[in-house]
Order: sequence, then C-alpha cells, then structure tokens
Amino acid sequence: MATDTHSGAEPAEQYNFDIVKKFAVMSLVWAVVGMSVGVWIASELAWPFLNFDSPYFSFGRFRPVHTSAVIFGFGGSALFATSYYVVQRTCQARLFPDGLASFTFWGWQTVIVLAAVSYVLGYTQAREYAEMEWPIDILIEAVWVSYLIVFVGTIMRRKQPHIYVANWFYLGFILATALLHTFNNLAMPIDLFSMKSYSLFAGTQDAMTQWWYGHNAVGFFLTAAFLGMMYYFVPKHAGRPIYSYRLSIVHFWALCFMYMWVGGHHLHWTALPDWTSSLAAAFSILLLMPSWGGMINGIMTLSGAWDKLRTDPIMRFMIVALSFYGMSTFEGPMMSLKEVNALSHYTDWTVGHVHSGALGWVAMISFGSLYHMMPRLWNTRMWSQRLIEWHFWLATIGIVLYIVAMWISGITQGLMWRSFDEFGNLQYSFAESVAKMMPFYAMRAIGGMFFLTGAALMAWNMFMTIRQGQRENAAAVAGKLAHA
Amino acid sequence: MNFNFKHEWVETNVGLMAVLTMLAISVGGLVEIAPLFLIDKTVEKVEGVRPYTPLEQRGRDIYMREGCYTCHSQMVRPFRDEMLRYGHYSLAAESQYDHPFQWGSKRTGPDLARVGGKYSNEWHVQHLVAPRSMVEVSVMPNYPWLLSAKLDISDIELRLKALRKVGVPYSLSQAEYDANVATFGETVARQLHIPDSRKNLVEQANFGNYDGDRSGISEMDALVAYLQVLGTMVDFSKYSDDAFVADR
Repeated sequence: MATDTHSGAEPAEQYNFDIVKKFAVMSLVWAVVGMSVGVWIASELAWPFLNFDSPYFSFGRFRPVHTSAVIFGFGGSALFATSYYVVQRTCQARLFPDGLASFTFWGWQTVIVLAAVSYVLGYTQAREYAEMEWPIDILIEAVWVSYLIVFVGTIMRRKQPHIYVANWFYLGFILATALLHTFNNLAMPIDLFSMKSYSLFAGTQDAMTQWWYGHNAVGFFLTAAFLGMMYYFVPKHAGRPIYSYRLSIVHFWALCFMYMWVGGHHLHWTALPDWTSSLAAAFSILLLMPSWGGMINGIMTLSGAWDKLRTDPIMRFMIVALSFYGMSTFEGPMMSLKEVNALSHYTDWTVGHVHSGALGWVAMISFGSLYHMMPRLWNTRMWSQRLIEWHFWLATIGIVLYIVAMWISGITQGLMWRSFDEFGNLQYSFAESVAKMMPFYAMRAIGGMFFLTGAALMAWNMFMTIRQGQRENAAAVAGKLAHA
Repeated sequence: MNFNFKHEWVETNVGLMAVLTMLAISVGGLVEIAPLFLIDKTVEKVEGVRPYTPLEQRGRDIYMREGCYTCHSQMVRPFRDEMLRYGHYSLAAESQYDHPFQWGSKRTGPDLARVGGKYSNEWHVQHLVAPRSMVEVSVMPNYPWLLSAKLDISDIELRLKALRKVGVPYSLSQAEYDANVATFGETVARQLHIPDSRKNLVEQANFGNYDGDRSGISEMDALVAYLQVLGTMVDFSKYSDDAFVADR
C-alpha cells in the first residue's frame, strides 16, 4: 500500500492527498483542544473555583466549546480526511474538484473557530449540539453542499462500476446531516447585523425537531459516518475481506431508515405526546439489530486475524472500538425503554452513555484509522510503536474510569431523587444528591485526563512521524538526483 | 409482471443511491414531527399562559446566553417524587411561546420549570452571585457579572419583532393589540405591545427592583424577573387532577 505514492508517474496527479493530510492534522489538533476543554469543564463540576468567576470560562458557555470542538472539530475533520482518502482510493479517481475541496477545509476550520469564539462571547442558539448562531449555520450549509458535490463528483469519476460499501455510509451521513442541519436551525435573526436569532418553532414542536436532530447527530455524524471509516480501514488493516456483503446491505438500509425515528426517546415523560415518544422507543429497540449488524460485520472481518491483536496495537484500537459500539448500541435501546429512562434521564448516566459511544467507538475507530492512514500519506511508518501501545492503554483505562464513574453517579442520582422516607416524604433534598456526586465527578475528570494524555501522545507521535516522512522523502529525492 | 430488483442497480448508480437514501431518511421526521403541528391537542388549551414581558424575555435571553440549560431542565415529569419536589408536571402549553424550548436534558442542578415564586428576589441575587453562600455543596459557577452589567435594552423592539414573526403574539398594530386584550386581558396586552416595550421594560424593572439596586437596570434584574415567572402562569387549583390526562 505504501508503495503507490512512489511508483512511476507523478503521484500528486493521481490523488489529492494534500487535503487529506490537512484534515488529518487538524483532527488531531481539535482532539487535543476539545478534550482539554472537556477535562476542564469536568473539573469545574468537581471543583467549581475553576470557573474563575469569569463569563468566558463558566461551565454553561464552555460546555458547547467542548462538544463542538470534539464532535465537529475532531470527529468532523477525521471524517473529512478519511472520506476523501477512502473515496479516492476505492474509486481510483482524483477528488473532484480541488478548489471546492480546499474550500471545505478552510470553511470547516473557520466554522469551528467561530463557533468556539462566539460561545464564550455568549452567542448561542441554546440548542444542544446546534449552538452555532445563524451566520455560522449558513457557512456550515455552504461547506456541506460543497462536501456533497466533491464526494458525489468523485464517485462519478470512479473507474469501476460498483460503489464501495464505505462510500454508502459516508454518503448517507452527508445527506442526513444536510437535512438535519437545515431543519433544526430554521431561525429568525433579530437583525441582519446581529448574531442573535430566535428559533422558528416553539415548545413541543421545537423540542421534537431538536432531538430529531440531536439524536441523529449521533446516528449519522457519529455512527453511520464512522461505520464508513470502519468498512474501509478494518478490512484493509486486517488484510481480509468484509465478512458479509449481504449483511452490510441490509444493515445500511435498516440503519438509515430507523435512526431518524428515535430522537423522541430523549423526551420520554415530557410534554411531548405519548404516541411520539412511544414510537421513538419502539424504533430505538429495533435499531439494536442494524447496529449490531455493523458490529458483527466488523468483528467477524477481524476473525481469523486474531493473532494480530497480540502484536498490533492499531488492530486493538479497532476491536475495542467495535466492542464499545456494540456495548453502547445495546445500552442505548435499553435506556430508551420508558421505565429505565424514568430513572436514567436527566442524570449522569446519559453523559456516561454518550461518552462510551464517543470515546469508546468514535474516537477509538478514528485513532485506529488515522494510525493506519497517516504514515501512508507521508510515505513512512509510525515513529514509535511503543507510544501507540501507551496511547491504547491510557485511552482504554480512561474510558473505563469515565463510564464507571458516570454509571455510579447517574444511578445514585436517579435513586436518590425518587426515594421516600417512611412517612411518604422525599428522603433527600436535591443538594444532598449533588454532594454525593463529588467523588465521581473527580473520578470522571481523572478518566478524561487519561484519555487526553493518550491523545496528546498520539499528536506528538504523529508530529514526529510526519517529520520523519519528510526527511526520508527529501533524502530519497536527493539520492535520485545524485544517481542521475 | 416480473420485476426482479437487484441491489446491484443501486450499487452502480450514485444518483439512485442518493435518492433512495433521501427517501429512507425522510420518513421518520415526516411521520413524527409534521403531525405535531397538525394535531390540535398536542398543545392543551389552558388559561393563563402568556408571552413573556419585555423584561422577562431579556432575562430569558440571558438564561440562554449563560448556557443554564446545560445543567437545569425546565420539564417536570408526571412522577410522584417530581410533583413533591417541583410541583405540577409541565404542560406543553406552558412552553408554547418558548423560542427555542429550554426543556434541557440534564439536572446537574434542580429543575427550574416551577422555580418562580419559591424563593425571594434577594435569595436569587445572592445565589447567582455566590451559590455556595446559600447552598454549601452547590457546584454552580458564580455569576457576579450579572449584577454589574447594565442590561442592553437598545434592541428590545427588534427582539420582540423577531419573536412576533415566528408567531408570538406581540402586537404592533391597534388591531393586534385589541386581539391581545380579548385573549389575555388589558394588563397583559399592554406588556405585549412592541411600541411601548422599552417603557414597559423600564417600568417593570424599576417597580420590581429585582436586583435590590435602584440605580439602574442590570442583567440580574432581567434574569430574576424571568426566573420568578417560570411555572407560575397556570393556576392549577382551577383544574382537576386528571384534567390534562386526555391530552397526553
């Protein structure tokens, strides 16, 4: 694989890897930035003095900086990088067209920076994961349409008739994100020269629109797209074909269809009509099947290459990612049952669930894929295998600390809020439940620090790898010239 | 008729794949969201719910700006413990003028849907400036700047006009004003009249003196005015215990 960049004709002509490199590097930058902010706000909950009495660093304004930087900065850049790599490799065609691809890079990075700056200054739509105000939303729309054109345009240039399965998932993610982003951000600016706007919908309808968006940011941005990543990098790295092509067809269509129904499970027992949330719960349970279809297909692809788990830390990232994907997609349907949700909703359990998906699945599959892809882009090998090992263990231990802390604190909260004394009065004040959280908030922050340290090691390892690649390539060019 | 569908057709045609994918992902939203706008009883008919006064709306803007929704919900669920802790469960009607909704998803702090009237203004001011001086174990940030920051009222008309455009019945014309008098009564209708919004805001802030400081109108004035109205609009003593069950 690593050979095709220095075989024969000008490699730069065949593929546009420049844009892939840029996105890959930025995804690591945003990983470190976004996770640092995450550790900070986690620590604010354990030690509130860290808010520093400053509007700019107070939890409420800082939390969307964390979510946007990790989801859209780290996750988004990793998706742009890998999708541009995968679509070119599997279609054996150069990205179409270079200029527009370049716009998606600069546009997307601008979006993340503007979002972060605007939140700390207090500009927000106050919709979770869609906090960006309307001018930024318009820029996102422009970047996204360009992304669609580049992606589909490249597929249309393909050299063979079939579109590879990874590209279906990337395409589904691009289309769904466009749809969700557009409808969830319909808003009325108070003035053409003001950042402030009010959402078009109100109350119940607004809530349902937001969680239709919110859960599918998870379903498509953080799942379908990363399945696309999985469908290329897992078979490639294992050197084995996908376990079942038929299964990938079935679970692709089932996933696309069903995910869009489940958002209402975020609104159980609220003023949303029961029929809507019950329907959402039913689809949430059904969704277990296509989700596990993806997990089974990934894990069975690795089957037969199990020996590599002992020697290859990159393979370990991938298998752990798939395991966490299976675990979270079991936990999710369970939490969408109304009885369970009555306990889990509004508690830290939800936060833990999100992070077992986001750290365990999304981040781990991204790390594995980037470790596979980036040395190949710079035509070298990873600078240090040992640091990858360290990263793997730090990340895994960090996730476990995080999730366990949130399970305990979440279930404790849920049980304390609903417990009665012998006279039928509430047994605990709200403040008593807050006091109980302290050790778990500290434990969560420490878990986050482990995970962040791992990501920082990766960034350092990658920086050295890129330098090594540049040095080797320069030496190779010099060698050729000397022979000429 | 022999229609023998092959998935290969989709795999070899990106246009067909895109169209079929769009179809697959559009159904869920259409079936679950569109009816919420069409089915009348989605939002109950209840007496008392009105749009926010200009000062309360500015308070709500600050509530959103500071990201209060990241730790506080505004949605009491129909459980015995929540009714004891917070009060009557929330109705859809109570957030019908909320653009955007602020139901929230996390209770790091308690639910605020019915916080109005539970504490004094002085308690709120002290608690917002230094939460741990009132609740020792609180993990809420201090918000000292709310007291020192003067409330910006320069664009209050623009804000209410934007809300009017998205359907909140703030009035601009005499006819709209008269309609509001018919729906909400004269006292409320006067507060909803956009041409008088600045005057109304100043009057309410001076009269209410929410931040305990008469020298000017601070952001604290607005935020406390908003918190004090939350969940107080419907008089539940007028309704029987299961009056709203049929609408759920």
